[in-house]
Amino acid sequence: MGFLSNTHSLSRYHIEGEFDGSTMEEVRNGLIQNAIPKLESDYEELTMGWTPFESPYDPDFERFSCIFGTYFLFSMRIDKKSIPAKLVQKQMAIEIEKRKETSGRDFVSKNEKSEIKEMILDVLLSKMPAIPSVYDVLWDYENKNLFLFSTQKAANELFETLFLKSFGLKAIRLFPYTIVEKKSDIKETVKDRIYTLSPLKLAR
Amino acid sequence: MLDIATAYNKYQYLGNDFLTWIWFMIETDQPLPEIPVAGEAIRLEVGNSLVLENSLGDKSKERVTIKGDQAGLEEGATALKKGAKVTEMNLIMKCGEEEEYKFTIKGESFNLTGFKTPSMARAENEDEIEGMVLEKAYFIFKVTQVIDTLFLKFLETCSADDWKTGGLQQMREWVYRY
Repeated sequence: MGFLSNTHSLSRYHIEGEFDGSTMEEVRNGLIQNAIPKLESDYEELTMGWTPFESPYDPDFERFSCIFGTYFLFSMRIDKKSIPAKLVQKQMAIEIEKRKETSGRDFVSKNEKSEIKEMILDVLLSKMPAIPSVYDVLWDYENKNLFLFSTQKAANELFETLFLKSFGLKAIRLFPYTIVEKKSDIKETVKDRIYTLSPLKLAR
Repeated sequence: MLDIATAYNKYQYLGNDFLTWIWFMIETDQPLPEIPVAGEAIRLEVGNSLVLENSLGDKSKERVTIKGDQAGLEEGATALKKGAKVTEMNLIMKCGEEEEYKFTIKGESFNLTGFKTPSMARAENEDEIEGMVLEKAYFIFKVTQVIDTLFLKFLETCSADDWKTGGLQQMREWVYRY
């Protein structure tokens, strides 16, 4: 349970928009419909989806709640199969040699090579276990704040895509500009002054 | 509102300038603004790392990293004199007598890494997990609200009419006194 661990890495989001219906139902349905599959796919390189905070490897939202006080807390799990390039290279060399022997030719065409590569990738993918990565998500729906416990660019991008698909709401990264735009009541005239500020020059 | 990627690159200097200002505020013992959410006075200290960057005109950058619990920060001040800005810093935030937070904040993204909240009692059973979650959430929201309040205060300060003759001047004097 990363969220309860001693040290965290986190990025922040502002959630644009609201649900029309019951918030709890909408969130629950979004999580269930986009939960990570229980069974690992043999041929998918990357699988992602939601899972309960208390149960990262059993995506059962019937048994485990996502509501903690006024917050929603759940996790995003990304299962990724990484096939080492050197392994593909080795299998390719072996398969090409076999192909030459059976065909009696001393070469393999470009098309055949890509066919072989595809076949090797399929075989290796089905044999390779996926490595899971779990990132917790804390969502304060009322105040449109959300924390993703990751600062990895790839995880953040996958999260933004999955969040929009699941809830139909846009998660906007919070950084200096968006804090001014989304988390302040600064008047437009003052914003204009801020956006035309020149960078600090401390050198004399 | 601007496109997110464009805005991120265009205004990342605001975050770096903010961290530079925070360092100045800490080193010169300036009182931090009152932050309603904190309840008690907030004290900030520079923690065990400080990173400064200076763009060298072309695409290259000069980077100065200072690390260590008792590290001297003179090289950081020298970098500031050459036009560098703080791009990342480790901060210790104290609130009241008991609450202590540590984190590293990045100027361009405000991402927090190595974030440590005050210690909490371990949950003995499942019912206590909810209590722990709420306590942890309270700590995390508190820190981000403090950061936002300070950042908006910084923007208010440096967009004021007297910034160039007041605050900016004081920062320059601090850098050259260092």
